[in-house]
Amino acid sequence: MCGVAGAINLTRPQGTPFPDLHAMLSMLTHRGPEEAGFYADGVVGLAHARLSIVGVNNGLQPIPNEDGTIWAICNGEFFNYVELRDALRMRGHHFKTASDTEVLVHLYEEMGWEAVRELNGQFAFALWDSRRGRLVLGRDRIGVRPLFYTLFNGQLFFASEIKSLLTCGIPRRIDSHALAQVFTIWSPKAGRTILDAVSEVLPGHLLFANVGSPDLTTQQYWRLTFPAVSEIERRSTDDYVEEIRATLADATRIRLRADVPVGAYLSGGLDSTLISSIAQSQLPHQLHTFSVAFHDQEYDERTFQYQVARELGTLHHVIECDPDSLRVALPDVLWHTEVPLLRLTPVPMYLLSQLVHKHGLKVMLSGEGADEFFGGYDIFKEAMVRRFWARNPTSRVRPQLLGRIYGHISDLQTISPEFLQRFFGQGLSETQLPYYSHMLRWQNTGRTTRFFSPHLAQSLAHYSVIDDIAAGLPADLMDWEPMARAQYLEITTFLSTYLLGSQGDRVGMAHSVECRHPFLDHRVVSLSNSIPAAMKLRGLNGEKYVLRHAAQGIAPTNIIARQKQPYRAPIRSVFSGRPLPEYAQDLLSEQRLHATGIFSPEAVKLLLAKVQNSPALSEVDQMAFVGVLSTQMISDYFVENWDVHAASRRRELHMTDVGAQVA
Amino acid sequence: MEIKDRIREFIVANCLFGDTSTELNDDTALLDTGIIDSTGVIELVLFISEEFGLEIPAEDMLPNNFNSINRLSDYVQQRILVTAQE
Repeated sequence: MCGVAGAINLTRPQGTPFPDLHAMLSMLTHRGPEEAGFYADGVVGLAHARLSIVGVNNGLQPIPNEDGTIWAICNGEFFNYVELRDALRMRGHHFKTASDTEVLVHLYEEMGWEAVRELNGQFAFALWDSRRGRLVLGRDRIGVRPLFYTLFNGQLFFASEIKSLLTCGIPRRIDSHALAQVFTIWSPKAGRTILDAVSEVLPGHLLFANVGSPDLTTQQYWRLTFPAVSEIERRSTDDYVEEIRATLADATRIRLRADVPVGAYLSGGLDSTLISSIAQSQLPHQLHTFSVAFHDQEYDERTFQYQVARELGTLHHVIECDPDSLRVALPDVLWHTEVPLLRLTPVPMYLLSQLVHKHGLKVMLSGEGADEFFGGYDIFKEAMVRRFWARNPTSRVRPQLLGRIYGHISDLQTISPEFLQRFFGQGLSETQLPYYSHMLRWQNTGRTTRFFSPHLAQSLAHYSVIDDIAAGLPADLMDWEPMARAQYLEITTFLSTYLLGSQGDRVGMAHSVECRHPFLDHRVVSLSNSIPAAMKLRGLNGEKYVLRHAAQGIAPTNIIARQKQPYRAPIRSVFSGRPLPEYAQDLLSEQRLHATGIFSPEAVKLLLAKVQNSPALSEVDQMAFVGVLSTQMISDYFVENWDVHAASRRRELHMTDVGAQVA
Repeated sequence: MEIKDRIREFIVANCLFGDTSTELNDDTALLDTGIIDSTGVIELVLFISEEFGLEIPAEDMLPNNFNSINRLSDYVQQRILVTAQE
């Protein structure tokens, strides 16, 4: 795991100076604190900050091929590098290091860009092919590892994090469309960032930059897809169970490959318990497990976490998050996420990776992806019930099922079924909309845009986030099962963008911790996508039906039987009933709000009063509060006062120059 | 101030945060337009209880009593009468 950065002269003459590669890398030292390596000639510059995990003693990057015509840097891992390396050696390639990145260089020599299809991993790489004058940027299939880029004055800059690009003097402006996206789907849509000048390489895509051409081209090498209803293969539960077990065991096995110890995150739910169980059974030593506990009992799952740790015999570590620790950590978290948040869920994950780092570990397994691919989320149940209800809209019984799904939301338990019917009945009959499953959630979240300033609202008057997303959906989406459509939306608009970014890579790498996700192995993904929806969600209590069966005999029985508790973090207890922290008082002052110009100071004032004093604070109110506060902070960090923050956050590098520094 | 005005003032400040661009007349459907969400119902109940010194029985927690400023106002007036008679 690491940080990468670099630059290339596209339409500027060869030898035109690059931005300072050292300065770019100095913003990424948290990702790779151990070594720094550089390659530069007159055309391209590559920089790499290293966190040693594979090939610890000789894996310094950038890494060249035999004759130095191809150079690569990579953030992340190719888990199947052992098999790929063996095959390449047979074909006569010479390996100078034990690093997995070297595999890419030789594989590219053999196959060109299609080499990426052979990689099983989570990665973001840059590969310089000097013979063709071509730079290739590539990102893994689901988007576990980040890779940002920008075109500026005839040069292309790229980096693992946006802050690295900002050292190059590029324009810093908030993108109003991206802001509307954050306030509707919790993050900018895939490929976009909160700054209008910066884009991200899409998951499953390559981006080509050719010397002499101002245009970038892309190639999609992998596509998230589901079978048409008419083409779904139907096999027995036992058949699926056997294949899931074998695939997941192998996905976990290759993710234990590292020259340093691998630990696991444990939430107390089925997914992380299953992964920890598989990992512990494959390891000759005791697994270190780590979990988040909450002071606020409504959110706490520690009873289950301890129980799993006891049954599996792991060495278990817990970080308890109280309101104060969440308040204090939020500013640091936002420095790392580089995007506003509507929830505080990344904050505990940030504190958790800090604990992992203190214990000297750098690699964690996680259960991320199981809910998306095996049908664990409430939103899938909600869509199922609404479809069922829509077939008989006058039914009084059908809508009552909805109250049962959201047992953890107390407000929905105290209001009458008639109200439930009113809230969930909106757009009930529009079952032919491709985004039927997510429409209510997006509309509800979208109410947070009410706090935008009149000026911003005006500029967005003709822009619809939902239409924008709908326009990018696959042409054959409506041929899939309704559940597959919901899965696609959940994966592409939430998992890849928010969960793996703000709540995943960024808060892990803030403390040099790499998370590995066996459920996101593309073999697991392709298997799960071939399984009929009815095998994933069977009735209201039948979430992850086939995965639960697969877990029998592997994970502790009562965890398998346990109903899912969504991972949430408190907001009310963190901010209500006492004065706001100093940073919030400053950022939310009328003067600062006016200066930033994004929100209406009058509306925010009413919101703050409500947050501090009101006995009832809705989900939308809570999201709006966190959204306004975090947007103000992102604007402060990366737009208004970038120079001040950059100076105080920059870190020294351990230097090792590699290759010819010509320029 | 009339009952209707007091209710409107509360909704504008607490549910619309002063936003006057959203159409809100006495018959605007509060639930169907999303002006009031599930927590908003609870907020309204708390507000009415405190502002008018009324108890709201569980069986009265119906969308029909809450779906517009007019309906809410009618309901409050009726409760005031009932409470006075008790």
